[in-house]
Amino acid sequence: MTVFEVTLLIALGSFAAGLLGALTGLGGGIVIVPMLTLVFHVHLRYAAGAALVSVIATSSGAGAAYVREGYTNIRLAMFLEIATVLGALAGAYAAAFIPPRALAVAFAAVLLHAAYRSLRPHADRPTMAAPHPWASRLRLNGGEPTPEGGSRAYTVQSVPLGFAIMSVAGAISGLLGIGSGALKVLALDQAMRLPYKVSAATSNFMIGVTAAASAGIYIRRGYVDPGLAFPVMIGVLLGALVGARLLAAAPTRHLRTLFTIVIVVLAIEMVARAVRGEF
Amino acid sequence: MPRTRLAGLLGRVLQVGVGVSAAVALVGGSIYLGHHGTALTEYGEFHGVPQGLDSVHGIVRGALEGRGRWITQLALLILITTPIARVALSAVAFAREGDRAYVAICLFVLSMLLVGLLGGIG
Repeated sequence: MTVFEVTLLIALGSFAAGLLGALTGLGGGIVIVPMLTLVFHVHLRYAAGAALVSVIATSSGAGAAYVREGYTNIRLAMFLEIATVLGALAGAYAAAFIPPRALAVAFAAVLLHAAYRSLRPHADRPTMAAPHPWASRLRLNGGEPTPEGGSRAYTVQSVPLGFAIMSVAGAISGLLGIGSGALKVLALDQAMRLPYKVSAATSNFMIGVTAAASAGIYIRRGYVDPGLAFPVMIGVLLGALVGARLLAAAPTRHLRTLFTIVIVVLAIEMVARAVRGEF
Repeated sequence: MPRTRLAGLLGRVLQVGVGVSAAVALVGGSIYLGHHGTALTEYGEFHGVPQGLDSVHGIVRGALEGRGRWITQLALLILITTPIARVALSAVAFAREGDRAYVAICLFVLSMLLVGLLGGIG
């Protein structure tokens, strides 16, 4: 196929990924790499470069709205970014020394984890229990804006565990060129027990910063091909914007089931191709 | 600190950054497609990118010469700076609050981001 045809098809595919990602809350970045490698036969390294750029686009694009609403816990995000950024630099550095086949299998594991997380009932269990001692010392506890215009206080639990999960999330992000959103939310709302909206907003902030840490390394390694990255970035961005508009009217539960099935199929196909030595 | 004003500024920085990046990417992408649209794609094998597309210096120079792929890569660089700007503005906000510990944390994260972007590792 010619460059023009491929660009158009990749933009359309990325639009669909961004749209579904926004409608389901799973993020579109995770299906970009499988789409590019399995459907368009793009080399895994170029695919990771293009996906990483699109992750930054959606994070910053959604960030403007999140900032205005005031849910983001900036202290917590900054503190945990020490972990994600160091993890991402290490992961992006290591990526060059790991064969694409192994990365593809790791990618399949991340896809299956995201699918598993999305099927579990959404557990929002913020707490007013005594915070972890580090949370008080680092002043990580915060307040969540309420619809009435007030603020509802919450405390932060298990800071060391959250920090550890974030290092892993950062390393995976740097290795595979994704945002590691599912793992970040796991650390924030399951381990550290933040309210759901606070953890979504804080994770969105962190995803962009983490991806920016690896992006420079990806560019210098030649993983980011602009001809491939621009239709992905524009497509995902437009898809996410339209998705945010349609959110209220869309049958999100069915879409979520559909998207989860797609993710599982992609994971199986990634492993199958890796076994056949096609990466 | 006028928290809402800083949040407003931050929101605008993100919006403008993403908007400018997308617009520049479209310009660069159109030039690229105009020149190479009928060529065949070669993404199946990994062979890096043409020289100059892999460094900040090379990208800026190629973009100033009006080359499509370099302009697009510049757009991606602009995009990468949006989260970095977010960290820098957070440092300013903490400095205004007199919160030295968090200024230090922000500056550490910022320096690691610049190491990633400008070299040293990789």
